[in-house]
Amino acid sequence: MAVKKRKKDLNFFERIYIVEILKGMMLTLKHLFKPKFTRQYPEEKYVQPPSYRGRPVLVMDNGKERCVACGLCSRVCPALAIQVQAAETEDEKERYPELFEINMLRCIFCGFCEEVCPEEAIVMSKDYELVFTKYEDAIFGKDKLLVPVEQLKDRLEFIRAHR
Amino acid sequence: MPKVTIDGIQYEFNPGETIIEVASRNGVEIPHYCWHPRLSVSGNCRMCLVEVEKMPKLVIACATQAMDGMVVHTKSEKAVKGREHVMEFLLINHPLDCPICDEAGECALQDYAYRYGTGYSRFIEEKNHKPKRVKLGPYVMFDAERCISCSRCIRFSKEIAKADQLTFVQRGDRVTIETFPGKEFDNPYSLNVVDICPVGALTNIDFRFKARVWEMSATKSICPGCARGCNIDIWVRNNEILRLTPRFNEKVNDYWMCDHGRINCFKFVNADDRIDGPFVKKESQLVLVNWDEAVSRAVSELKRFKGNEFAVIASPFATLEDNYALLKFSKQILKTNNIFFIPHIKPGDQDDILIREDKTPNSTGLRLLGIDVSKNDLSLETLDEKINSKSIKCLIVVEDDPIAVKPELKNAIQNLDLLIVFATNKNKTTQYADILFPAATYAEKNGVFVNFQGFVQRIRPAVATIDVDRSLDGLAQSRWDKFGTEFDKWARGRKVNARSDWKIISQIANALGGKFDYDTSEDVFIEITQNVKELANLDYETIGELGYQIKSSKLIEEKILV
Repeated sequence: MAVKKRKKDLNFFERIYIVEILKGMMLTLKHLFKPKFTRQYPEEKYVQPPSYRGRPVLVMDNGKERCVACGLCSRVCPALAIQVQAAETEDEKERYPELFEINMLRCIFCGFCEEVCPEEAIVMSKDYELVFTKYEDAIFGKDKLLVPVEQLKDRLEFIRAHR
Repeated sequence: MPKVTIDGIQYEFNPGETIIEVASRNGVEIPHYCWHPRLSVSGNCRMCLVEVEKMPKLVIACATQAMDGMVVHTKSEKAVKGREHVMEFLLINHPLDCPICDEAGECALQDYAYRYGTGYSRFIEEKNHKPKRVKLGPYVMFDAERCISCSRCIRFSKEIAKADQLTFVQRGDRVTIETFPGKEFDNPYSLNVVDICPVGALTNIDFRFKARVWEMSATKSICPGCARGCNIDIWVRNNEILRLTPRFNEKVNDYWMCDHGRINCFKFVNADDRIDGPFVKKESQLVLVNWDEAVSRAVSELKRFKGNEFAVIASPFATLEDNYALLKFSKQILKTNNIFFIPHIKPGDQDDILIREDKTPNSTGLRLLGIDVSKNDLSLETLDEKINSKSIKCLIVVEDDPIAVKPELKNAIQNLDLLIVFATNKNKTTQYADILFPAATYAEKNGVFVNFQGFVQRIRPAVATIDVDRSLDGLAQSRWDKFGTEFDKWARGRKVNARSDWKIISQIANALGGKFDYDTSEDVFIEITQNVKELANLDYETIGELGYQIKSSKLIEEKILV
């Protein structure tokens, strides 16, 4: 940490300020020619690392959800954002979520649902652009939640590597 | 008395008791799957292994009789190791089905694997595969992979339900449970095997996948299906009843209840034909009105008649409090003795286990109050004559359906000058009502039922009506009820606009100049105890969870009690 000098400790050049002002302007000039950090959002999108926690989504495998509606995500959710209703299916997995809703106004993006899921069926996506104008729009049903597994590959690899 | 030492503490026992019986009576937990206090000992799960000093090997606590001076260790290193190994064996072929298994959350295998298991398995080979969705009978689904072959269900059918319908077939790791060829598992107590199954091998088809157990709240109540009055838990999620399970009461229903009660005794509470709010007939149409209008209409209409022009039908489906208020209303306000109830007897539908012929929960209670099936030559049989001869002009029906019991009554009822009906659901009588009050069901109110043995038992509200707030009125709450807001769909379940009969009756009576000064159903009950000497000095707290038995030889002579 820079030691703060008292006024009486300053030398002559420091005391007249001109040199210091020039020093500061040199720094500005230097950065003018350095690569830019500013991102032109929304034209230019941020590409997140796989560790990023965006909105939770359901993994769709072969056109169907992996979810077996065990309700653990719903139980672990500290904000009570998730509602699951199970029903019976003829598939081998026996049950599927007849209704799966996440209230995105309640969701706090903690990722507990992903962590607890025994089927790797709910994962945190990279989607962070969530805007709604109506309360009902904030409740995401299966239509908005289901995402093909191909789009979620790097997150699935990430959670397997950090288990 | 002989004494046995379990984990360093001496316990007295009666000769012939097994170690596990002594332990469970004294609150020492010995894990077990196949042992059940009401079933014979089969000793095949090996989970209750304990170490007994001077015995060379670990012994199973369920089949070893306690002996004087015996020293038992349940937590010694040898016993713990033994249990861990048994647990590992049981889990070898048990599938990892917990996420899709209805038993999860109340599963003995989950609990014991967590508490007594090692937490990992050395078994890397392929697990055994067996049929997963076998319909054993109309209500019970069997998953052979999950079964740990404890044989509780087999012994239950044979010993308790007296219907030997299940058996083991095959041997070793291929062992499975089957019904006999061409036969179904359809005895009237079949669903009890779902409760006693320590794993999720046997599940209730009616409840299958409806909810996880931790999402529901349980309320201690009484089954209204017959005069037995089995003690039950009502399981509710989002103000909707999802299942009923038996609650242990040694003297009434033990650990069991019948399938009829479990399947049929809650659906009407959530049904679409519930009467939601009071109705009044205007231009031959029943129109929904508010409570004040309905009550004031009833008051002004009732003033038109006097004394013996009234007939009142009490209800063996309603609580003692409701019927007491009705009786007091008839005697003090209407000034008539014309009060009777309709018996609902199904001759022959009775057994030595639980089921009773009398299909109502509270007919004994009505008889205690002095209400019988006929009064002053008035009963269901003579009602239509009396209406047609205009000696009865006004009929009040509480929670019953006289037209369904006696269809010929339909014409007579239309000759009445006034018909007031209190009903929970639409039925054949409600359409003819001039004033229709919505009554709360047994799952929505406080009160007592008296069963055929004279057990006075409490019912408690499990479902909230429109006047009720789950937290302020002390109803059982699940996590969802505690934290849900009006914006959350999962906490916004339907609430019916209905009230207990005694509340509605008191309101009408007070408007007619009576003194029905009750705030709660317990106030009504306290007044009953002052008037009915068999119930003297009782209150809700003394009745408690397991009920209070009226002992009276006089009542047995009068055939009121069995």
